[in-house]
Amino acid sequence: MSVSAANASHAFECYIQQYRRTWRGSVFSTFLMPLVYLGAMGVGVGTLIDDPGVTGSLGGSYLDFLAPGLLAASVLLVVIGECTWPVISQIKWDKTFYAMLATPLSSTDVLVGHLAWVGVRAAMTAAATYLAMLVFGVVDHALSLLTLPAAILTGLALATPIYAFAVTRKNEASFSLLYRFGSVPLFLFSGTFFPVTELPTAVQPLAYVSPLWHGVDLCRTLVAGGTTLPMALLHVGYLAGWMVVGFVLARRGFARRMVV
Amino acid sequence: MFVTRSMTSRGKGRRMFERNVLAYRSGWFVFASGLFEPVFYLFSLGIGLGALVGTIDVGGRQVPYPVFVAPAMLAVSAMNGALTETTFNMFARLKYARLYDSVLATPMRPVDVALGEIAWALARGGCYSAAFLALMAVMGYVESWYGLLALPATILIGYAFGAVGMAFATFMRSWQDFDYLGFVIMVLFLLSATFYPLDVYPDWVQPIVQWTPLTQSVELIRELTTGSISAMTAVHAGYLAVLSVAGSVASSRRIDRLLCQ
Repeated sequence: MSVSAANASHAFECYIQQYRRTWRGSVFSTFLMPLVYLGAMGVGVGTLIDDPGVTGSLGGSYLDFLAPGLLAASVLLVVIGECTWPVISQIKWDKTFYAMLATPLSSTDVLVGHLAWVGVRAAMTAAATYLAMLVFGVVDHALSLLTLPAAILTGLALATPIYAFAVTRKNEASFSLLYRFGSVPLFLFSGTFFPVTELPTAVQPLAYVSPLWHGVDLCRTLVAGGTTLPMALLHVGYLAGWMVVGFVLARRGFARRMVV
Repeated sequence: MFVTRSMTSRGKGRRMFERNVLAYRSGWFVFASGLFEPVFYLFSLGIGLGALVGTIDVGGRQVPYPVFVAPAMLAVSAMNGALTETTFNMFARLKYARLYDSVLATPMRPVDVALGEIAWALARGGCYSAAFLALMAVMGYVESWYGLLALPATILIGYAFGAVGMAFATFMRSWQDFDYLGFVIMVLFLLSATFYPLDVYPDWVQPIVQWTPLTQSVELIRELTTGSISAMTAVHAGYLAVLSVAGSVASSRRIDRLLCQ
């Protein structure tokens, strides 16, 4: 159950090597997608929202409202991709985990190495969205760079519970359900596209429980310059809580599955 | 020559269809869950975002935003349903399950496989479309009796995308290639007059966007559910019909080349 930084970095390296062979396709999904998304949803739909009463309540143009939310939310899609099918694949099909565990690496080393890679992917996605925001002129001060660590934290807060779930699955069938009933509603109702206050009152508490909402709100207030230290700490603490609990469960599940 | 030879075995595609029905009997919940995705999008982007947008001009009338967005979600879900089946699932059967190798060891021909798979994709998409259209009607987002024609229209959309998607799937080398496909689907989804009308684009972009397959599909459905029928409605349908035929011919030729030689 031990973990050593050197060992975990060996596991991590495996994913970098893999990515070096397969990065081409993800250039489109990672780096061009935020531009298309901000162009279509931010600028395109933004032209339909011309009522000053509405843009006033959003605290700026629709593009300004959407962009930082999207920065946090884009991480969700990457994380769910990295922590579901690849996990089962490395257990059942490629058996990469067995190969790693046949070396001096402990199961926690392997898990930490893989999660570190997931964090890197989250950072790449967040950075791509941040660049798109620069292109569209949404960000104008250095504090907004804090959205990058905020997005990585959001990514890991979502990654560890998903990992804990994935590692207990016998096959991939439940992932399409997780995607439809987990990731899609989270993406659509966590305040990314419209304020949570637009939701029916009965549903609003669900949105506030969602870790993604905390990530979205943190990024949005960081970009708008409207965050306060207690509020930022609350968001960070909540996200860290999800990350830690998820990690404990994932570690236990991983060890149980791989080391009998 | 090839097409005429293959066409003589028409009818056996039904067996391929039956195979898929049997295969999904144990996965009915996954099957049923496919309905929820467009519904979530309708509630979020149609109603939630719609509260910020208010009304929008369709055929010279102001309609609430969900009336504008819901037909687009219907067209998108018809596209996605057909593409999932004929690209992801087809690739898995072709490369990993080696299903078609066994199928072609029977009297079935590549064209049967292509037609059977497309028919299955259409049946699956048709179930989702019918349910979503019913939901739209219940929520008051179908403003004309022409809306009933939206169901056959979704089948046409599914056929066009399914056939073209299958032809592309035969060129896929690995799962990594699906990154490109996913990107194309996402670009179509976001830019095809789905969430805002064409006139938002600069003048020189409009004709390009206008003639993408998803824009044609979205406008077809939107004209039917809002009752803004015109000569363009027939043009949209004709465009999709041409795409369907071209896609079917191309995909059965490709399957023939991959598996029979």
